[in-house]
Amino acid sequence: MRKILLQRLLQAVLMAWSVGTLTFVITRSLPGDMAYKIAAGRYGDDAVSTSAANAVAEELGLHRSAFEHYVSWMTDLASLDLGTSLVTGAPIVVELQNQLSYTLVLAGLAILVSALIAFPLGIYSGIRSARKSENSPKSRASLFDKTALAFSTFVRSQPVFCLGLILIFIFALELNWLPVAGSSGFVYTILPVMTLGLSLAAISNRVIRNSTVSAVQSGYFHFAKIKGLSAFEAFKCHAFPNIVTPALAFMGIQLIGLIEGVIMIESLFAWPGIGHGLSHAVFARDITMLQGTALLMGILFVLVNTLVDLSQYALDPRVRENRGYSQ
Amino acid sequence: MLELISFNTEVDLQSPNRREKVKRSRWECIKNNMRIKYLSILLVVASILLGACTPSQPTNRILISGPFEPVNNDPASTGYMFTRMQVLETLVDVDNQGQLIPGLATSWSNNEDFTVWTFNLRSGVYFHDGTLMNADTVYKSLSVAFGKPTPFSKDMIANMEVVSEYSIKFTLNQSYRPFPSLLSNYTTAIVAPATFGKFNRIKTLIGTGPYKITDFEPPHNLKTTRFDDYWGEPAVIENVEYVTGHRSETRALMVRTGQADIVYNLDPAAVSMLRTDANVNVFSDRIPRTTLIKLNSGHPILSDVKVRQALSLAIDRKGIASGVMRISNISADQLFGPNIRDWHIRSTATDNATDTISMTDADNNPTINNNVENGDLLLNRKKAAQLLTDAGWLVGEDGVRYKDGSPLTLDMITYANRPELITIATAIQDQWASIGVTLSVHIENVSAIPSGHADGTLQTALMARNFANIPDPLGIMLADFSSKEGGDWGPMNWQNEKVFSDLKTLSHTTDEHAYKSLISSIMQEVQQDVPLIPVMYYVQQTATSSRLRNFSFDPYERSFRVSQMRIAP
Repeated sequence: MRKILLQRLLQAVLMAWSVGTLTFVITRSLPGDMAYKIAAGRYGDDAVSTSAANAVAEELGLHRSAFEHYVSWMTDLASLDLGTSLVTGAPIVVELQNQLSYTLVLAGLAILVSALIAFPLGIYSGIRSARKSENSPKSRASLFDKTALAFSTFVRSQPVFCLGLILIFIFALELNWLPVAGSSGFVYTILPVMTLGLSLAAISNRVIRNSTVSAVQSGYFHFAKIKGLSAFEAFKCHAFPNIVTPALAFMGIQLIGLIEGVIMIESLFAWPGIGHGLSHAVFARDITMLQGTALLMGILFVLVNTLVDLSQYALDPRVRENRGYSQ
Repeated sequence: MLELISFNTEVDLQSPNRREKVKRSRWECIKNNMRIKYLSILLVVASILLGACTPSQPTNRILISGPFEPVNNDPASTGYMFTRMQVLETLVDVDNQGQLIPGLATSWSNNEDFTVWTFNLRSGVYFHDGTLMNADTVYKSLSVAFGKPTPFSKDMIANMEVVSEYSIKFTLNQSYRPFPSLLSNYTTAIVAPATFGKFNRIKTLIGTGPYKITDFEPPHNLKTTRFDDYWGEPAVIENVEYVTGHRSETRALMVRTGQADIVYNLDPAAVSMLRTDANVNVFSDRIPRTTLIKLNSGHPILSDVKVRQALSLAIDRKGIASGVMRISNISADQLFGPNIRDWHIRSTATDNATDTISMTDADNNPTINNNVENGDLLLNRKKAAQLLTDAGWLVGEDGVRYKDGSPLTLDMITYANRPELITIATAIQDQWASIGVTLSVHIENVSAIPSGHADGTLQTALMARNFANIPDPLGIMLADFSSKEGGDWGPMNWQNEKVFSDLKTLSHTTDEHAYKSLISSIMQEVQQDVPLIPVMYYVQQTATSSRLRNFSFDPYERSFRVSQMRIAP
């Protein structure tokens, strides 16, 4: 386990350097005058002017060479100083803390909701499906599985934005149970979390369903029952761990994608998360904010992967054996 | 679930005992019924819980939503939001007609040649921290403001001095008649000395308005509460919250569900939906903003006035207004709209436009002139084609016009922050193609326009020009139309010595009759010479919840005017 952690720490350091450098190079090579773009982000569309751009260039030292800026950023990074936003003037750490906390709440709850939907649905579908293939072709399992597949396809085939609008129409407009947008309390999280949770569950329930089919049709599962275990014991001890392991790895990837890709949901539900902050940083050429956000995303990527690795390590004895860590 | 898992043990399912089978089937039936019952109970409980979660509308608080993002608490960049939320105030205020009225200054006076201005300050004005406003605090506030970007050149101010406890004097480097209007801009809002920290950085924003900040989470949320020691009429509504609603449809749904009380900047689709809702009031108000095409008059093609005139005549403004904006009476035939009285020449199509805007109803629009197409006075493709021919641009076999072997092709920059601009640009692209002009539309960041102006690369740009920043149009004209350099958001490489000279005269004219006569002459010259092509006047679409009373829209968008509103009991 220590080796996993050390490997990931090294990855995190390399990632911080590469992501920071790449972001720097990409933002520097984008077309357009940086001072004007920052001035537009800072003073608004109506107030962007040559004099504002000149003031920005003077204040931020944009006349300095790109190499000087890069060295300065790397030096600050080494002392864990991410600088201040070129647009708002606030420390990047404070901005990220604020935005990330909102996004993590959204992403964490969405993954939880997704798991609560996907596991029962996927396992039930998988068992029904396996039962159908082994028993009578007229089993009602096929209908349930087909319905689940149709529902998943319907939810996933449309943009998450449309799904959000559908939920708003039902729960906010028609039933008037929930607010449309905002972030002033728990009740405001329900609709965005449901939107994301449903969207994620639409795929993960199919992954779980396939794992379930494989597990309950496997030789080891049959053997467990033949050797005298009850159906529940056989499922709990031999099928479930084999269903959970790939599902966790998949949901880990989903979580990363979620943190990076919630921009549409944040925009629709006026949720002040990191996706929205990142898009604004891109448009306003807020380089320090971009670098800080990209860095944080990278660290989160490594962190979530590490957690997934550790959970695999804990759940799957084959991982421990293959890595040579088993006792 | 358990009985499902046991499917592999065939013996369990293929029981030979018939009675056992029937018994089992009954048990399954009872279990299914119980499941349905449990599910029903669960749904009812969930509904009650969710119902209990639904936020009720507080009677002492309203929620406002708009696309405006207050990025920080610096008046230089986000002051417009703090004046709209009535946290900050300026020395000079503006009424609905654009006339200057007293704000924190009760009166102002000038010397003969408009180079010395004295402002008398209102007494008994307290900042939100209890400090009394006087000439010293105003001096400090303006000194910091003038050190940051403002929509006017600070070089014009030679000196600022405190004359007495409630009087402050400005000495200018040159005559500048519209000087008071500059002090109505949000960047010059008056803040308390305690606002500033080290190096005059904004620490906490402390203003003088009827509301003070209680919580601020840039750029999404701003909460204010009533300031009881306000110098004017105290506000009725106790708490006001602003939530940034990024999307028009979100804002529309917020007001429709009653979550928001006022929502700004609605798109045509949202307006159509809200007009059918009895619980929502929709307001359409003309604002001093015009959609314009900026032209580089120094460009080889656009330097010919005939080409500029032809491009203007080929635009179907009425079609764009009804097709894209779904509003009638907003076609722009000149720079300033009808609500900017002195500067709007009342002679053309827009004479029929009133301040009340109606949704599109093409049949109701009067036909003004039989010689025009589609009821649009400015649309005349025949004349446009003739002008291009006269300018030497002849139609080739491919339908594109050529001169000396070069095609008549132009680039246009526009930006996505105002989504309608992209649609309008493509409509213009199609309309110009009908007279043989090829137009390439480029969607850029808004900053590409001043940037392209500065480096000379810009050819044409479609933009929404805000004239409310400096409410006196003379300020805008002096900044943009008095030299060949033009302005970032005005003409480019355009030269008209008569206009330049008239504007200089205008800046120090004291005779009101001569003043108005010069304005008319200047605007007619600008209209003839087409340094910019006006397309349409802007209309702000706002919606309010039915419980809100005394709502009024500020056409200069300086204030949400919440302090005068109240909530219906």
